[in-house]
Amino acid sequence: MKIKIFLIIFFINFNLNLGSIEPIDESKIHKNLRCLVCQGQSIADSNSEFALTLKMVVKDLIKNGKSEDEIYDFLSEKYGDWILYNPKLNVGNLLLWSLPYLALVLGGAIIVSLVRKQSKKT
Amino acid sequence: MQKIIKITIILLLIFILGIFFLSLNKSSNYNTESLVGNKLGEIELVSFEDDSIFTNDDFKKNSFTLINFWASWCAPCRVEHPQLMELSKENNIQILGVNFKDKKINALKFLKDLGDPYEYLARDSNGKQSVNFGIYGIPESILIDDKLKIIKKFVGPLTNQDLNNIKEIINNL
Repeated sequence: MKIKIFLIIFFINFNLNLGSIEPIDESKIHKNLRCLVCQGQSIADSNSEFALTLKMVVKDLIKNGKSEDEIYDFLSEKYGDWILYNPKLNVGNLLLWSLPYLALVLGGAIIVSLVRKQSKKT
Repeated sequence: MQKIIKITIILLLIFILGIFFLSLNKSSNYNTESLVGNKLGEIELVSFEDDSIFTNDDFKKNSFTLINFWASWCAPCRVEHPQLMELSKENNIQILGVNFKDKKINALKFLKDLGDPYEYLARDSNGKQSVNFGIYGIPESILIDDKLKIIKKFVGPLTNQDLNNIKEIINNL
């Protein structure tokens, strides 16, 4: 009986997971791709030749079944990480990614020590 | 403890000022330097003349290939054309011209008027192929070796200095 219940729950969960696969949001990808010939614009905001071409290529890649990450990998291989507004974590940007967490830990440590010092005084 | 806080704040200020200094002195223009040394992926370019396809194998037999994206409507392409004509006289290099978002009749007239430096001529009617080469504007040229490794990228029209640079690379084989 327990096995049956387990299997039912397993398959319901499995189907729910399958059903929850979201279609790729093309405009979200456009917003994360820098228009290399524009000043501070994503390809979503631009109608330049480059932006229009890139939009066509993104559409094709989605049609060919590529995932969002695969599309970013493909384009950063061709143009470098500069094309991505939100690049993946790598050695070059490790400091950038870890700095907010370092600041949080350091700030927390300073606050804790100040509070302790204050409570000792009182 | 006070000392540690002071040192931390000073270090933080130095770090922030350092980041500002580096960022303000850095060019915000897109730089293709990081792509040098990468290998080109699968090439599939449609011939300008017919529907035959140029693939990687066509370029592996050349010591060097210069891939040049051009169009008849592009004024800087006219400026660099004499350099391409000059380069076409060299033995160690073949030039692949990729006609970008252009009308065939205009492209043919351009080559008739200014000369045809291209060993291979392909077309990229909708511009999609240019993305495979990391092109973001024309004219742009990519020098590759027989292993299809990118030796150098030239953004904008080729200058005399670029021409000498290419000659130096291909003749120091």
